[in-house]
Amino acid sequence: MSKLYSVAALFKTPDDIMHAASKVADAGYEKYDVNTPYPIHGMDGAMKLKSSKMGYYTITIGLTCMSLMLFFMYWVYNIDYPQVIGGKPLFPLPAFVPIMFEITILTGAVLTVAVMLIFYFKFPNNAHPLHDSSYMKAVSSDKFGVNIEAVDPKFDLDKVKAFLASIGAYQIDEIYFDEEEVNTKHKILDSKFVIGMFLIAGFTSISVYLHMNKALYLPPFDWMLLQHKVTAQDHSDFFKNGISSREPVEGTVARGFMPYLYSEDPDGASDNLVNPFVADEENIALGKKKYLTYCSPCHGDLAKGDSRLNGQFPNGPTLHSDKLLSWTDGRIYHVITEGQNVMPGYKKTVTRKERWAIVNYVRKLQRALDAKEEDMQ
Amino acid sequence: MSNHETKINYIKKDLPKGFLKFGLPLLIIGIVSAFIAYQVDPMRASFNNIISLLLIVSVGLGAIFLVALEHIAGAVWSVPFRRIAEHQGFIFLATPLLALPILFNMHDIYEWTHLNVVVNDPILYQKSPYLNTEFFYARSIGIFVVMSIFLFTYLRNSTRQDTTQSQKTTKINALISAVFMPLFAISITMVAIDYAMSLEPHWFSTIFGVYYFAGTFATAMAVLTLLTLKLKSNGNLLKEINGNHYYSMGGLMFAFTAFWMYMAFSQYMLIWYANIPEETFWFLPRMENGWEYLSIGLIFIKFIIPFGLLLNRNSKMNPSRLKLAAFWIIGAHIYDMYWLVMPTYNRMSGTEGPVFGWIELGFISLSAGIILVFYYLAANKKNHIPIGDPKLNRALDFRI
Repeated sequence: MSKLYSVAALFKTPDDIMHAASKVADAGYEKYDVNTPYPIHGMDGAMKLKSSKMGYYTITIGLTCMSLMLFFMYWVYNIDYPQVIGGKPLFPLPAFVPIMFEITILTGAVLTVAVMLIFYFKFPNNAHPLHDSSYMKAVSSDKFGVNIEAVDPKFDLDKVKAFLASIGAYQIDEIYFDEEEVNTKHKILDSKFVIGMFLIAGFTSISVYLHMNKALYLPPFDWMLLQHKVTAQDHSDFFKNGISSREPVEGTVARGFMPYLYSEDPDGASDNLVNPFVADEENIALGKKKYLTYCSPCHGDLAKGDSRLNGQFPNGPTLHSDKLLSWTDGRIYHVITEGQNVMPGYKKTVTRKERWAIVNYVRKLQRALDAKEEDMQ
Repeated sequence: MSNHETKINYIKKDLPKGFLKFGLPLLIIGIVSAFIAYQVDPMRASFNNIISLLLIVSVGLGAIFLVALEHIAGAVWSVPFRRIAEHQGFIFLATPLLALPILFNMHDIYEWTHLNVVVNDPILYQKSPYLNTEFFYARSIGIFVVMSIFLFTYLRNSTRQDTTQSQKTTKINALISAVFMPLFAISITMVAIDYAMSLEPHWFSTIFGVYYFAGTFATAMAVLTLLTLKLKSNGNLLKEINGNHYYSMGGLMFAFTAFWMYMAFSQYMLIWYANIPEETFWFLPRMENGWEYLSIGLIFIKFIIPFGLLLNRNSKMNPSRLKLAAFWIIGAHIYDMYWLVMPTYNRMSGTEGPVFGWIELGFISLSAGIILVFYYLAANKKNHIPIGDPKLNRALDFRI
């Protein structure tokens, strides 16, 4: 089954092979190739090759993939999951440019190799007549070779041999090949190949699964959602009623909390409550701050009932009336705590100390507008 | 590669007449219009003067860099044009002519020369140890003197080698270049920072020197290519110089066109992304009042069009197409310098939008005149090929 593939000639120096290549090209052979252990500058010129079209494939592939990537980024940022990042527009082109640049180069390079493999080397076929020849061994170490193929229209075995000898070849071989081996078309759907691919896929999947989910398993950070304790609103099997927290015993008072005993009893408050805080500078300052925050919107900055909300809201009365002047501290404290008429109670928002401080401050305001003679001294 | 010695038969020939025929009128027109411009509108004239200066520094200092690059890299292919680059470096000696009007007119141009502004401005005050008039003069003079010394050393060594053909000179040149390289890096950065970046003294960009250098390299290479093509077609060079050499020159122009884009984009993207007012304000005037069209145009003129012009292999081999690309790159560099400098003119003079008129054309004519006349002065009646260089034979045999 052996068939002549080519006549291969070996040369010793790069200058010889340059000379030989130009001679072969001049002689009009078309189906020939030069094999050298390393690239030789100017060989394409000596062989009179036209410039390669590979560059056009590369730029077409690169620009196509760049456009696809640009569209993909547009889709992600504008259609699938619009999200403002760093205050930038939804389509931040300058930020995409480096990615487009990388994609152009990466796909251009990788897919050019793929195109070469498929079109030039006829992948998946990997047989070539020159394989395993002594010629190939020589040119892949330190010799330079030219081989003229038998399919060349001008090919004639004796003439070619004589020609190669005349241009200085030191060794001339005939290369034969097994037609069946070289022209075998490998089927993609070959049963062995398909089963092999499935086995590889299964093995890879199982090993990755075991590796990532068993051997290297780390619980994901659950943002404190799962805690090993009973939280306030949880169900609990420990108690009969299934509630995790217990009712406090009747009469329990929280630490630092003073229960208010006169919520339905203004007269009791008036008679029994005494301001426990001394009206010193610090206390007055606290009272002023809280008064201006909570009271002044209705009662006015100086408690004259002339606030900025006057006329738009039920008017807060003046705190300088005779009724107020005759009230005890306890009575005022009671009104602040529980409210009166449309005035709401402030026990939720203002603490006990702050309420007493407000009382002190109101007293101070009253004294300021209704000063006694002895104050002048 | 060749083991047979090529006999170099170089016949000395006069320079083409065009250098003086076009150079002198351009120079005279340039000088006259620059003189009138300084009388009519000194501020606009000074800003155009900066553009001219940056262009001449690119052409001259860039050529000295190309010479040094060949020595330090031991490059072979570029040996036949090294003498042209050395003569082109002579153009650098014209820089004082352009720098002096700027130095006398600094008050019109540079905000940091106004003492009352500097004292009341904490940023300028902090920068004043570098940005002050005396140190500015000292830097300019220092750069000029040091680089000129290197230029004359290279020229002398090279001319001497024509007769001695000594291998030793090549080695000495490599050593000199090793000293030259860091000094050049500092010099070109200082030129860029002093004359262009300090126009906006509050702004800073650490990549600015490299940005200017990228344009400088491409421009110096483009002028060298044009000179080589002109001298080759006039028969001043050897016939062995062919498409392979042109290809490499085109390749370097191509590479530095892409490198310029890389630098310009890096500068823009970082400032755009960080979005800090103290950096972004430099780009703002370039994005309004008509400057936005020039800014978008810059992408095309300085990158996309020359990239396309030089992408194909044939475009680098073919002299007429290479000539087009080289002219384009020089024009693009002028455009780039205009884009760098003129927005500050708007701010200083209170005008709006890009201005272009006879003053701009006059200074471009001045630059072209300087290039042609100074090259003529340097190269007339000299060898245009380093005939004594030991690498010359290999260089002529160069193949890509």
